[in-house]
Amino acid sequence: MPVSFAKAALANRYDVIIIGSGLGGLTSANRLAYCGYKVLLLEYHTQLGGLATWFKRKGHIFDVSLHGFPYGMVKTCKKYWNKEIMNSIVQLKNIVFDNPQFHLETTFDRLDFTEKLNKQFKIPESTINAFFSRVAGMNFYDDQSMTTRELFEEFFPGRSDVHRLLMEPISYANGSTLNDPAITYGIVFSNFMNKGVFTFEGGTDKLIGMMTDELEKNGVTICTSAKVDRIVVDNGVVRGVEVQGKLIECGSVVSNSGITNTIYNLAGIDSFSDDFMAKADKIRVNNSSCQVYMGIKKEEKIDDIGDLLFTSTAEEFDSSELCDFTTKSKTFSVYYPKTRPGHDRYTIVASMNSNFEDWNSLSEETYAIEKQNLIDRALIDLDRYLPGAKDKMDWIEAATPKTFNRYTLHTQGTSFGTKFEGLDISRNIFKEVSGLFHVGSVGIIMSGWLGAINYGVIVSNDVDAYMRTIT
Amino acid sequence: MTRDAIKDLVLEIIEDIDEDADFDTLESDKPLRDQLDLDSMDFLDIVMELRKRHKLQIPEEDYPELATLDSCVNYLEPLLKDA
Ligand SMILES: Cc1cc2nc3c(=O)[nH]c(=O)nc-3n(C[C@H](O)[C@H](O)[C@H](O)COP(=O)(O)OP(=O)(O)OC[C@H]3O[C@@H](n4cnc5c(N)ncnc54)[C@H](O)[C@@H]3O)c2cc1C
Repeated sequence: MPVSFAKAALANRYDVIIIGSGLGGLTSANRLAYCGYKVLLLEYHTQLGGLATWFKRKGHIFDVSLHGFPYGMVKTCKKYWNKEIMNSIVQLKNIVFDNPQFHLETTFDRLDFTEKLNKQFKIPESTINAFFSRVAGMNFYDDQSMTTRELFEEFFPGRSDVHRLLMEPISYANGSTLNDPAITYGIVFSNFMNKGVFTFEGGTDKLIGMMTDELEKNGVTICTSAKVDRIVVDNGVVRGVEVQGKLIECGSVVSNSGITNTIYNLAGIDSFSDDFMAKADKIRVNNSSCQVYMGIKKEEKIDDIGDLLFTSTAEEFDSSELCDFTTKSKTFSVYYPKTRPGHDRYTIVASMNSNFEDWNSLSEETYAIEKQNLIDRALIDLDRYLPGAKDKMDWIEAATPKTFNRYTLHTQGTSFGTKFEGLDISRNIFKEVSGLFHVGSVGIIMSGWLGAINYGVIVSNDVDAYMRTIT
Repeated sequence: MTRDAIKDLVLEIIEDIDEDADFDTLESDKPLRDQLDLDSMDFLDIVMELRKRHKLQIPEEDYPELATLDSCVNYLEPLLKDA
């Protein structure tokens, strides 16, 4: 069992210290333990998982970021975690789009999208195939001057309905917009189109519990309520971390704290060259989120209206509308009893993209009022799909960008790390400070559950290579 | 290590990554990626395993050398001559 820092009996030195237990941090910890290192994992919160989190209220369990991930998770969990984890991954078969431009239900894979684009949107099959092969061939090291908007205009000129179908889900999945590099779109979209959208049966709590067991089996020491205040750097080399005034030494630090946090608040700008800082200063973080969590009373049921609904009453798709304070666009994730077999409850989570400043600038009083307005808007929108559902609820609560900031410390409560430029900084930070590595959502492509886990493996490889040069 | 032993080593590592990999029809001069459905994460696993088992440090710019079974053997032969 993870223990709180205050109660932990820790060694003075570890091979590797991981700061943060998001999926990236957890995976790095697991991989490095597998490589034979003595690993200490320090998490600020009382619970592990970072944004892969859940909370319990009145018999309900609400999942925060379990809306869907690509099929690639199956192979990734098998290779870097274990088969039990892999075996709990199941498909979400009914994805719904509902907006003034179109309504459709899909399995969200290439086959079904081809059919919908062809029959419903009247796009010639040759164009659809050409589009799919273009995006499937994209690599992160490819030229990134083309934007997603330009990509869409090339294949589907003037078709704002098609752009909406293709972009809206990805904007929710990673905060990217039509102005981001087309490669970031292509890579993530192709991942989903491979076989559709998947989820973790048993819920986020079960997944993180299984990961925690695996880490402990592999000898990782885990501390919660352990906020790292500083990464100690001596003459360009990592020496350790400072927690509650205590120095713990190590050969490498892997920071799963946000990349901006890692540079500005943990290592400090004096640890880096001017050149590096000039680039770091340009990092843009992605948007944050708002969510409304709704719990259905124990004895009540709701109809099956689909697993994940992309809904909007905005006439056309517009990336910035999605982040508006009073956006008309939101997703509904509906969790039926099948989500947690044995725990036979229904919950609904409405999610919106949102900007931190819009919420952070409010007075305490206005903040409370606006949170209630957010809830009211979600209930009105939900009523179109589940009339009268409000009367069946016994719990309703909202989260804003301030909530995400409070629980993860992420700069501006970012839900999906940074824009593309963050990837290069994250990948090269160890060339600036020997033994300092970063893992976690960056560059759009390395975010989401799958991106964060795979990035955890990539970074572990760098750490392992480095550790062998110093021991 | 002999060329055959190196070949076995690479195949053994790939089998650990993907137990369903079918080596019977594998052509040693064609890209592993296309024949065995390997992705870039799988190649990273190969690199990590080689480091773990034989303390080999393969720099990122050399990853393309691992493209086919033949090129793997050619690349690893001098590195593993004392192994
Ligand atoms: C509302 C929402 C919905 C989402 N939905 C999905 C989805 O459906 N599918 C999907 O694939 N992805 C989804 N995501 C994205 C996904 O959850 C994240 O990309 C992923 O979980 C991030 O993992 P990470 O490794 O970057 O770390 P994070 O989860 O960001 O965790 C970082 C950890 O570091 C800790 N930390 C920070 N600073 C310190 C410090 N100084 N000391 C100690 N600890 C520290 C934090 O407390 C936190 O636990 C969603 C995200 C949000 C916000």
